[in-house]
Amino acid sequence: MKKENTVIVALAVLAALIAATWLILVAPGLTGNEINMTRGVTQQSGDHFDLHMIVLWICVVIGIGVFTVMFTSIVLHRKSRGHEAAKFSHSTKAEIIWTIIPVLILVVIAVPATTALVRMEDASGAEMTVKITGFQWRWKYEYLDQDISFISSLDPASNAARQLESGIAPESVDNYLLDVDHPLVLPVGRKIKFLITADDVIHSWWVPALGWKRDAIPGFVNQAWTNIDEPGTYRGQCAELCGKDHGFMPIVVVALPENEFDSWVSEQLAEQGAAQ
Amino acid sequence: MSTDISYEDASEAHDEQDHGDHKPSGFLDRWLFTTNHKDIGTLYLIFSLTMFLTGGAMAMVIRAELFMPGLQLVEPDFFNQMTTMHALVMVFGAVMPAWVGFANWLIPMMIGAPDMALPRMNNWSFWILPFAFTMLLSTLFMDSGGPAAGWTLYPPLVLQTGTSFAFVVFAVHMMGVSSIMGSINIIATIFNMRAPGMRLLRMPMFVWTWLITAFLLIAVMPVLAGAVTMLLTDHFFGTNFFNAAGGGDPVMFQHIFWFFGHPEVYIMILPAFGVISEILPTFSRKPLFGYGSMVYATATIAFLSFIVWAHHMFTVGMPLQGELFFMYATMLISVPTGVKVFNWVATMWQGSMTFETPMLFAIGFVVLFTIGGLSGLMLAITAADFQYHDTYFVVAHFHYVLVPGSVFALMAATYYWLPKFTGNMYSEKWGKIHFWLSAIFVNVLFFPQHYLGLAGMPRRIPDYSPQFADFNMISSIGGFAFGLTQLLFVGVVWHCAFRSKVKATPEVWEGSRGLEWTLDSPPAYHSFNTPPEVTHNALSRAD
Repeated sequence: MKKENTVIVALAVLAALIAATWLILVAPGLTGNEINMTRGVTQQSGDHFDLHMIVLWICVVIGIGVFTVMFTSIVLHRKSRGHEAAKFSHSTKAEIIWTIIPVLILVVIAVPATTALVRMEDASGAEMTVKITGFQWRWKYEYLDQDISFISSLDPASNAARQLESGIAPESVDNYLLDVDHPLVLPVGRKIKFLITADDVIHSWWVPALGWKRDAIPGFVNQAWTNIDEPGTYRGQCAELCGKDHGFMPIVVVALPENEFDSWVSEQLAEQGAAQ
Repeated sequence: MSTDISYEDASEAHDEQDHGDHKPSGFLDRWLFTTNHKDIGTLYLIFSLTMFLTGGAMAMVIRAELFMPGLQLVEPDFFNQMTTMHALVMVFGAVMPAWVGFANWLIPMMIGAPDMALPRMNNWSFWILPFAFTMLLSTLFMDSGGPAAGWTLYPPLVLQTGTSFAFVVFAVHMMGVSSIMGSINIIATIFNMRAPGMRLLRMPMFVWTWLITAFLLIAVMPVLAGAVTMLLTDHFFGTNFFNAAGGGDPVMFQHIFWFFGHPEVYIMILPAFGVISEILPTFSRKPLFGYGSMVYATATIAFLSFIVWAHHMFTVGMPLQGELFFMYATMLISVPTGVKVFNWVATMWQGSMTFETPMLFAIGFVVLFTIGGLSGLMLAITAADFQYHDTYFVVAHFHYVLVPGSVFALMAATYYWLPKFTGNMYSEKWGKIHFWLSAIFVNVLFFPQHYLGLAGMPRRIPDYSPQFADFNMISSIGGFAFGLTQLLFVGVVWHCAFRSKVKATPEVWEGSRGLEWTLDSPPAYHSFNTPPEVTHNALSRAD
């Protein structure tokens, strides 16, 4: 096998792998379906998205490297081409190289991974606190500073459609399985601490746009926080198997500008007062 | 090549084989009371194939329900029973017994021993399994239904299972007893019954990886047994190990379970590493690259597997220091795993390769296992895992390491050694068709699940928002096609065992290395009654 041939084959395999990677990573996006994590609307979700993309691309590059060498070998070093087997069985130098280089790559990954984690776990300086309690199969929200509390369940339209043989097409329901009767209303630009627990079995509170999930465990009070940058409606689901209706306890967060949030709080208090 | 001068004493053993063929005549005597490692190996393999098809049928139910949004076929509770049972059956019924089956067949022949060290216990450790799985599967027909809390059996949810829960726990106990006895037998065999000259660092990689796997099993199966026993007493006898209201701790169960569970995933993959390390040198006609580092990498992976368990539970709310420790330890696993992959590629490099079915499955393993390994590195990053955790991204990850990982390695091992076991060659044409269909559809099945997870679809849900519809449908189509393809496998094995007219030579493959290839195909019922003399490491010697 001539040297130039080796180079040509290696380049061809590399081109094929890059094409395959493009097909895998980019083309499905053209169908209009989301295929990647989204950046979200908090500093944490941005951190986690960036971390995800860094590690994803490192993995893609490692994969392309390994597969290029492997497929080059498969093309060139085959008996049907008359290739004679070499005799070597080890090389200490090579083995040291491919132990050290992965360690260095890991160190490069570990730095941003550690920074993001330390930031994520710092809940200090929160301006308001919401207690979240998971039940089979709904969520209870208590605004500890505002004295508001309510239960949030799957909205009735989705609930009707999701029954076995309901005859209602899921596509005909707005936000099928991702809508609730009482969304969690939060202000933007304010650091909010969550106290997360459960009353029966373990649940997990997850809104992808906020960038994290945290388990709701009976007997434990977990802590997490957010600070939402943009007003909007953000949807999520319970992420820990919690029984037959695990798939049917969505989470909806409505993020309002601070003044609108304050008037929402007044409305709620007025309603609660009227109810009493 | 394998009957070269270094095995001169093996040829004496050959003559001995003719005197060693005393099969019991009656069907029950032969199969129920057997103490022969080859028969018990066959029983294990048939059992595991049966369970593979059973667990596969459950996967078909899951994929059929997920074919489109809305509930069409099953109630959510039955869906949860299917996901739970699918995992339990595949892990404990299909993959683990299949590896024990290959261990039974191969380890004595690979180290030049006449049989396993503890043949009666060997019989018992197999015959427990059909009873354990009959009991486990029977819970699906009980009034309270089968377990539906996931194979991880997390309390408090699992304590809501009805009376069938006791049967699940006893079934798990029996599987554990079987695994522990099997492991003791393997360790005793390897340490006591090696042929003269078969030093530890001359052993085939499959023997090495199984030795380490057996230690993992002995270390963690009792932990699982303890965990499920505590669940049992919490459920039926009023204890409060995991009940917060009674002073217990539901998170403690997760720590205990994953202290078992993480080594468990290596129990399923280490023998696969061994098989790939046997097959690549054969079809590359070249020594295994870096035999020593392969052994040390396996041992390192096994050690690390004990100190990474909490990466399965990053979202339970651990202290920052704990999260950092488990993140760094988990990332470290990619170093010895990387060494293995690089060594495999270096084994192929400059070889003289041919691509028979075992080689195709082995190459498929290396490529697709690497993809699963790389997504594993992504999952190790704690902060990003707060997004990935419990989504289809995780489902895609562990199916990549288990299906085109462990299962492809099992297929590779079957095609590689079946001619040795049966004395007949399988149909190369149908083997290759089986490989290509499997390799294509396994990716159609599992690759889109990465997208689903990243786009926000949680795992273990029977119904989903229409935004996830397209990729679920693609995944289901891949699933049905992959499932049907495996019926081909059954056909190829059946044909090889009972119909094939092409006889296998003792070496079977041109480049095969190791003692098992010095025996006839099929080997005599009792082989190596006289131990061969071993003078070198067959895997790492250039010849």
